[in-house]
Amino acid sequence: MSTPLLEMRNISIHFGGIKAVDDVSIDVMPGEVVGLLGHNGAGKSTLIKILSGAYKKDAGEIFVDGQKVEINSPIDARAHNIETIYQTLALSDNLDAASNLFLGREITTRFGLVDDTAMEAESRKIMARLNPNFQRFSEPVRSLSGGQRQSVAIARAVYFNARILIMDEPTAALGVHETAMVADLIKELKAQGLGIFLISHDTREMMDLCDRVSVMKNGQLIGTERVEDVTEDDILSMIIMGKNPKKAA
Amino acid sequence: MSGGLGKLIRTLQIDTRLLGMIGAFIVISLVFHVATGGTFLTPRNLFTLTLQTASVAVMATGMVFVIVTRNIDLSIGSMLGIIGMLMGVIQVQILPDFLGFGNPAIWVITVVIGLLLGAAIGAFQGWLIGYLVIPSFIVTLGGLLIWRGGAWWVSKGTTISPLDPNFVMLGGASGTIGVTASWVLAIVGSILTVVFLINTRRKHISHDFAVKPLWAEYALGAILVAAICGITAIMNAYLVPTRILQRRFAAEGLEMPEGYTEAYGFPISVLIVLFVTIAMTVVAKKTRFGRYIFAMGGNPDAAELSGINTRMLTVKVFALMGALTAIAAVIASARLGSAGSSLGELDELRVIAAAVIGGTALAGGVGTIYGAILGALIMQALVSGMGMVGVDSPLQNMIVGGVLILAVWIDIIYRRKTGDA
Ligand SMILES: Nc1ncnc2c1ncn2[C@@H]1O[C@H](COP(=O)(O)OP(=O)(O)OP(=O)(O)O)[C@@H](O)[C@H]1O
Ligand SMILES: [Mg+2]
Repeated sequence: MSTPLLEMRNISIHFGGIKAVDDVSIDVMPGEVVGLLGHNGAGKSTLIKILSGAYKKDAGEIFVDGQKVEINSPIDARAHNIETIYQTLALSDNLDAASNLFLGREITTRFGLVDDTAMEAESRKIMARLNPNFQRFSEPVRSLSGGQRQSVAIARAVYFNARILIMDEPTAALGVHETAMVADLIKELKAQGLGIFLISHDTREMMDLCDRVSVMKNGQLIGTERVEDVTEDDILSMIIMGKNPKKAA
Repeated sequence: MSGGLGKLIRTLQIDTRLLGMIGAFIVISLVFHVATGGTFLTPRNLFTLTLQTASVAVMATGMVFVIVTRNIDLSIGSMLGIIGMLMGVIQVQILPDFLGFGNPAIWVITVVIGLLLGAAIGAFQGWLIGYLVIPSFIVTLGGLLIWRGGAWWVSKGTTISPLDPNFVMLGGASGTIGVTASWVLAIVGSILTVVFLINTRRKHISHDFAVKPLWAEYALGAILVAAICGITAIMNAYLVPTRILQRRFAAEGLEMPEGYTEAYGFPISVLIVLFVTIAMTVVAKKTRFGRYIFAMGGNPDAAELSGINTRMLTVKVFALMGALTAIAAVIASARLGSAGSSLGELDELRVIAAAVIGGTALAGGVGTIYGAILGALIMQALVSGMGMVGVDSPLQNMIVGGVLILAVWIDIIYRRKTGDA
């Protein structure tokens, strides 16, 4: 078997008494979409926040291209081309779309000043691909709709040539049409060879988009299966019962 | 806003909040002009007004950043006090012994030490807030008591005076640049303004963004140049009293020519405010540091997730506030020509009020530098005007307090209506 693009091995973290993530291992191959499923509070967001540098793990190791890496901050994650769309979107509501898109990585002029015009022009380009209806570039993102805000967060993750993309419920606020566009985007990025972790509660969507799914419950990994080997009911019972029916059989 | 005027303002892309504040300033000025029987809107009074506003205005620009990051700084009045006092000791009791009285190096060294001191005190408070996560309200409330006590302790309650003659020029009362230099400055400022407008337009066109109609661009340029020249004309219209001129000629053993007049021009302290305003606006709008300040104010978690070190940012914001407080201490003590232990008392409240009247939201994330400057000017106009009309100071305080609350209420309604910020 070839080396995974990214591997998280035996990851644990606790908040006070809660073991939010308990000895979980997941990985993703280039051009693969791995789904993370589980109840509210199962630990999905916490697990991927360790990968994006937002939380520091208590135990475990992370490998990129088979090389062990240390991710202690969002900057480290970005340096390894890991980009994240957070469940909360993580936008500064008072800034406009372009400022949010480039936050922490501003385009500067030769005098070292931020180049708003250039950043807006770049934002227009990427948005034309992701959400052609999006026009409100100079307003604070506070005044955008939930779906428009989500497009900004997606644009930010996609713009910087990610190799590993983390999408925590990227379609939660989107309409039917926009959800379909995100599905197309995922397929396109997958074809470009990105490794994608996708979190969603929509089991059917996950069966459609993912190559493999990992199910978590109470911070533990219940199992990882290829989607063609399981039925939607198998997945549901893993989520609800916390047991892998295939292993039991 | 109704039809034609609203459309005009939108086409010119002028901030309606800015217009509202300028309107408020004009109304206040006119009311006092009438109430004082025509002495408020005179070059002399406007000159004095800018002098009195200078130190609060400088600090208000820093307070914008502090409040935008969801913090507050209650210590600045006391900090101004202790820095002013230490600068007084340095320039009066220490440096002349080494350099000789009146040596021009004295004011330079004094100001540099003051700035370093301010930045250091601010950085220390910022470290307590950012890294030890003690609320800024508490840290700077402690600072308010500590630095005020310290100022008293340095001088044992005495007032240090007279200050170094060169240093005193920075206060503006006796340091003005004269008519010619003022006009040169106005012309340079006007040219830079026009160049800036042209550049912005070019850049927008090169990226195919929508631009204002050309006539609107001309109108905006004309308004700005007229404003610059108008202010300069006012400063240049305030004549040095004949008495002072006669004394100056007499000191040089000359006879003053008949009908000789001379005007003050821009006070140095006002030029300092101008410089600080421009610099702080560039920092706010055009640097990463400024961008991160606003990002952190809008959503601290998002800022962290974008790789911004919000703790260090807090230290820097408070250090900057400290340095600006030091500049204000220079202006305030130089204007008075002395440093007393009550220097800067209650300034923290004036500065916070100026920033808030200028549209800085205490919830964080929103505020402008020009707003804070105008806020400071409006407050000072109110206080001076009431003084001239003969309102006694307890009533003055009550009125200023009422105006502060009223201004914030109007601001809340404005935001609700425009749905912005
Ligand atoms: N910063 C934190 N401090 C304390 N506890 C936390 C923190 N973040 C997460 N937790 C806890 O860790 C557990 C896992 O939370 P997590 O957000 O990872 O769940 P999730 O699987 O993403 O759920 P959802 O589907 O609702 O998004 C929960 O019990 C949660 O309360
Ligand atoms: Mg989650």
